[in-house]
Amino acid sequence: MSFIVDYNCFTPLGGDLRATVDRLEQGISGIRRFEAGKCLPVPYYASRFREPCEPEPGFTRLESMLIRALAPVVERHPPGGHALLLVSTTKGNIGAIRGGGTPPEAFMGPMAGKVARYFGFSETPWVLSNACVSGILAVAVAKRMTLAGVYDQVYVVAGDEVTEFVLSGFNAFQALGSGPCKPYDKNRDGVTLGEASAAVLVSAREGIFRVAGDGAINDANHISGPSRTGEGLYRSIRLALDEAGLEGPELDFISAHGTATEYNDEMEAIALDRLGLNEVAVNSLKGYFGHTLGASGLLETVISLESARRGILYPCLGYENSGVSKPLAVIRQKEEREIRHFMKTASGFGGANTAVIFEKLI
Amino acid sequence: MKEALYIGDRCEIRNGEIRVNGETVFSAEGELFADFAKKAYRYLEMDYPKFFKMDKLSKLAFLAASRLLSEGSDTALVFANRAASLDTDLVYEASIADKEAYYPSPAVFVYTLPNICLGEISIKYKLYSENTFFVFEKFPSDFFPAYANTLIRTGKAEDVLCGWVEMLHEEYHALVYRAGRVGTWEHTEENLKKMI
Repeated sequence: MSFIVDYNCFTPLGGDLRATVDRLEQGISGIRRFEAGKCLPVPYYASRFREPCEPEPGFTRLESMLIRALAPVVERHPPGGHALLLVSTTKGNIGAIRGGGTPPEAFMGPMAGKVARYFGFSETPWVLSNACVSGILAVAVAKRMTLAGVYDQVYVVAGDEVTEFVLSGFNAFQALGSGPCKPYDKNRDGVTLGEASAAVLVSAREGIFRVAGDGAINDANHISGPSRTGEGLYRSIRLALDEAGLEGPELDFISAHGTATEYNDEMEAIALDRLGLNEVAVNSLKGYFGHTLGASGLLETVISLESARRGILYPCLGYENSGVSKPLAVIRQKEEREIRHFMKTASGFGGANTAVIFEKLI
Repeated sequence: MKEALYIGDRCEIRNGEIRVNGETVFSAEGELFADFAKKAYRYLEMDYPKFFKMDKLSKLAFLAASRLLSEGSDTALVFANRAASLDTDLVYEASIADKEAYYPSPAVFVYTLPNICLGEISIKYKLYSENTFFVFEKFPSDFFPAYANTLIRTGKAEDVLCGWVEMLHEEYHALVYRAGRVGTWEHTEENLKKMI
């Protein structure tokens, strides 16, 4: 079997997991307004670190974010046996190409190598860069590699920054919302970007959660538009449920993708409806952190693991009235509930989808 | 005992040449990649106009994969490279670098993710299967067998199309091959090292 041993995050809400979730529980969001300036010629909303996160000497800002998220996990559970570092990011140190050059830090392999050496991992790290599903797909990859006995432990760390590069790109796509994002809401009008890092230790031996099932199936439909039928997400969830041996309604909640674009949220509603998951509590955590790209799947997994551990469902911040065509049980209020099984899903550019189901053991 | 898995058909593209299972099937010398890709497309008689909208990394991956795939299979795609999407990242970066000539394009931005090339292949061949894109400093002859064999042995895929697709500053190299239950050479690190 494959287990979650430990997890942590580093976000604009807090320097570690506890600080982040304590503030999230009070309904606080990291999203703020930024004026037109050097990153974007128009005002925008984003979740960014307030302090200029001081990089460790010799490391970039993103590498320091990765280190901040992973350090407590490595400290509490040092690598033993055959251990792998798996890094998830969509854009790595993309700021390094400003001016048109390709310095060594622009390459993700050496970037991950620096983080691996910092912690003393001897194996070459793997970097997963698979658009917005990267963070949760990395958990699926870690689960398979430990389950198959190829590695005893996989330390998964994910991070992405809010940069001029991604802000201008999402803006060019007309995908940025006019205010803080409102997942699944009638008045949603686009994404809010965010930056964060998160870490999870997956082990073959023992842990506090079991990774019970996963699926990752492409839409085979369009490179930037979600499938109208939610086909890839539907198939991904079906596979995850079958492997976990669960019926959909046995899930206690779903931490969905919920970017607050018109098409993504509608696609998810269609896929969940096709699976009969209309009454399972669902949230998107983008209202607290924005869309943290390659970190989002892992960050939202970490928050959901803590949600299950504390026995509290967190509301979908920004949601007021349904704006999707199928009924969903979007969480409006903080609610105490015994949680045994939950599912994390994500979808992204390139037609990628991933679903992973977790079971609480203790 | 673990089931043995094999390296099947392979396609390699570099230096203006397409080789399938070691035999040159197409070559065009001294061309820029864009010209080479256009000629290769015509030679392969693909009739797929979307090809011309793709970025260079996607064209490279698409050309190499097209010799090894048929429609509607459940072949998983596990690709990797060194430069991720840097070749197109630089094109996009140039479009936002100068505030006096600011023209960010969504059609370019979408290709600033390396896995988009897998989406392109999946769309063409209707692959409702897993796509995963990894980044390494060099061809990871240990990674491909470790990951692809696990996908097959754990039932996540019937077979896997493994691909190394590197594209940066006109330097390109694609080595794409099938991994599965059919083939002569076992899908191991040692055999991959001999192949590259």
